[in-house]
Amino acid sequence: MGLFILRRFGVMLLTALCLTFVVFFLTNLYPNLEKLAKTQGNQRMSDEQVEAWLENRGYLQPTLVKYGQWLGVMPGFQNTLEDGQFVGTCTRPGSTAEETSKYCGVLQGDWGYSTVFKDEVGKIVGKRLGNTGYLMFWVLVLMVPSALIVGVLAGMREGSALDRSLSTFSIITTATPEYVSGVIFIAIFTSSTVGLKWFKGTATQAMDNPTFENFFLPVLTIALYGMGYIARMTRASMTEVMTAQYIRTARLKGVSFSNIVMKHALRNALIAPFTVIMLQFPWLLNGVVIVETLFNYKGFGWALVQAAGNNDIQLLLAISVVSVFVVLITQLISDIGYVYLNPRIRIS
Amino acid sequence: MEPLTWTGSIAFLNPLLMVALAVLILSIVVWIIASVFLPEQQLIVNPDGSVSSGGGARGLIQMVLYYSFLGSVGLAVAYLVLGVLMGTNAGIVGAISQQFMPVWVALIIMFAMSIAFKRRLGLYGKLYDSPIGMIGFGLVMFWVFTGIFGALDLIVTHDPLSQLSGMKNKVPGTPLPNPEDGQYAWYLLGGDNLARDVFSRMVKGAWVVVQIAPLATMFAFMVGITLGLPAGYYGGRLDTFLSFLANLILAFPVILLFYLLVTPEIVATGVPNYMAAVLFVFPILFIGVLLNSRYYTRPNFRTPLLIGVLGVAIWLYLSLISTDGYIINTEAYRIWGLPTYLDLFDIPGGILVVFVSVVFVNSPTVFRIVRGLALDIKTRDYVAAAQTRGEGPWYIMLWEILPNARGPLIVDFCLRIGYTTILLGTLGFFGLGLPPESPDWGSTINEGRKLLSIYLHPALPPAFALLSLVLGLNLLADGLREESLKD
Repeated sequence: MGLFILRRFGVMLLTALCLTFVVFFLTNLYPNLEKLAKTQGNQRMSDEQVEAWLENRGYLQPTLVKYGQWLGVMPGFQNTLEDGQFVGTCTRPGSTAEETSKYCGVLQGDWGYSTVFKDEVGKIVGKRLGNTGYLMFWVLVLMVPSALIVGVLAGMREGSALDRSLSTFSIITTATPEYVSGVIFIAIFTSSTVGLKWFKGTATQAMDNPTFENFFLPVLTIALYGMGYIARMTRASMTEVMTAQYIRTARLKGVSFSNIVMKHALRNALIAPFTVIMLQFPWLLNGVVIVETLFNYKGFGWALVQAAGNNDIQLLLAISVVSVFVVLITQLISDIGYVYLNPRIRIS
Repeated sequence: MEPLTWTGSIAFLNPLLMVALAVLILSIVVWIIASVFLPEQQLIVNPDGSVSSGGGARGLIQMVLYYSFLGSVGLAVAYLVLGVLMGTNAGIVGAISQQFMPVWVALIIMFAMSIAFKRRLGLYGKLYDSPIGMIGFGLVMFWVFTGIFGALDLIVTHDPLSQLSGMKNKVPGTPLPNPEDGQYAWYLLGGDNLARDVFSRMVKGAWVVVQIAPLATMFAFMVGITLGLPAGYYGGRLDTFLSFLANLILAFPVILLFYLLVTPEIVATGVPNYMAAVLFVFPILFIGVLLNSRYYTRPNFRTPLLIGVLGVAIWLYLSLISTDGYIINTEAYRIWGLPTYLDLFDIPGGILVVFVSVVFVNSPTVFRIVRGLALDIKTRDYVAAAQTRGEGPWYIMLWEILPNARGPLIVDFCLRIGYTTILLGTLGFFGLGLPPESPDWGSTINEGRKLLSIYLHPALPPAFALLSLVLGLNLLADGLREESLKD
């Protein structure tokens, strides 16, 4: 088991390295750098000025060198401009050559400086992750139990009225992406023309002061899309368990139906959904980006959109590192959990 | 011109529909509750050995449910039929129904033909045995026909891009202030914030989806199958390497990938063209290997066949990836492609990058599915038999394993078209790739949401259109799964 986890960690690091390099390569293509120079410097710069601007700030070094600097295995770029301004990868606006350390990269714990937010990337990501973490927590609280209940209820009597209506419900939720359900919810519950003003259409205030009124709709929108899939998986696994031999034996012995479901079937039926829930995290991340844009909730997804829209290289890299680790760690947990929950695999 | 109401002169049907729907909803609720609490129907064995079930409360509830469902569907059909006959006299619903006339005709012809010949149509014919599959297929074909006829300008009432003054944010059914001759006199579903017709944009948006989604899914399947079969069949290093690559792409959050790939800056560097050049090779490889592995024992037949098929495929490939005589045309350097007089069609850079990135995002998942199926099927006896016969590995993969994996693959194909539709909507929602005035559903939803608290009508039609198309594809996949499991 220890070796397995160690190997998985190795693969994880390799994946993260490859992915950050891809992001690094794509954000450092020349047209992207040109856009960065124009937004940071001056919109009306000529091509030569753009090139000089980039050259002076070390953006035109070979990609591998820059990647090494970002990682912290190469000394950072430093340069003093003609007007005496000191610039470089390790510097912050206003700092001098003496204050700047030689190496500044992820290995040193320095995530860089965001060109959009004019702040330390580490701080921004931390703050935004906090907001999103809060959102995700409530999404999970709403989504997982309701999905499991729907799935178990639907799967315990295959073909019954309850099964058919709950399955229809879960198919409809999987067919409704967040930007559709979000728009429909906003239209029904918040619009001034329909008259049902139960909730607020934005979650801007929810960052400081989350209430049921301004926070429920974003949570519901994310939870609903993921819910249908988990519910369908739970239903499939539950119907499979309910046709197993030992359930029939229990029925023939005269165990009551509720006891069969609660004591015999449930535990075995929940093994498969566990992995599914864990593997849902990457999709939830997508949902978070859409919903945060839709409801104007300034979290991780919102930061991603801002960073990508403005080619904020270092913020974008930090964000991709975080999201890649979220994806890979949930995969790891799902593998370990599956082994732990399923004795057949644990023993062999 | 009078503004149109929703139902016009067939408003007398509204109370009837309300009653029918209320009874339907009530009976569904009672049905669910009753199925939990009432005892199951007892079977009575008659003296002659036959079995009959007693009516009981359950039977009654089911009867009410059945008739109220029939009633609601019948009334809905009545709205549509009266609408086709009466047009704008029957209000907005009638006018829309009349505009959709070609779609109704096509749907009726298709369903009638298919049901008449369903025993000879294989899996497709069996679809008509499952009500869920039929509903799903009906929804999907509705949007497919809407897309095709919309592209032929049969359904749309106005140009989806032209703006008419005075129609900004007008509610559904507003008449044009001063219509010219031959111009449709109303905005059926209102105008958006740039005074364009919402109805026509929704119909045109269907064409964007119908054009891109199935084709992109098919390409993703070709890539996934061509790489997944050998990975599963051979295993070993090849499998480890390809699986690592697939997991690498899957670990990317899709939206981040889109934001990195689908920007005008990236299009300017030619990266999408490289990706297109690589990804679109796979269908050619697939077809070539498929035919060669089957016919290599008959070189006299194989060689002309391969030359013909691959010749056409490569020509299509080259015209697909080259634009204006170049494969890659950036400021820094260019690569020569097919000369313009041989180039069959050009794909605008924006569409190409959307297409490529959707294929790129979808293919690793297909790869994983195909690999899993290949791992499972290669242990079967008929594969061992083929190996003993001395068949080559590619013959076994493509003519023994692949046909036997078709069930799950067809089901996943339907689901994946739905997922691709959602992805296209996501791209439009973030304003990536497609041109800003493009009528696709995602962009329209994105524009409409900004004024959502005041004007509902610009955002809701595309939202429901997307919802119903994806729902149809999901139901279709469910129906297919059910029917293919019956064998």
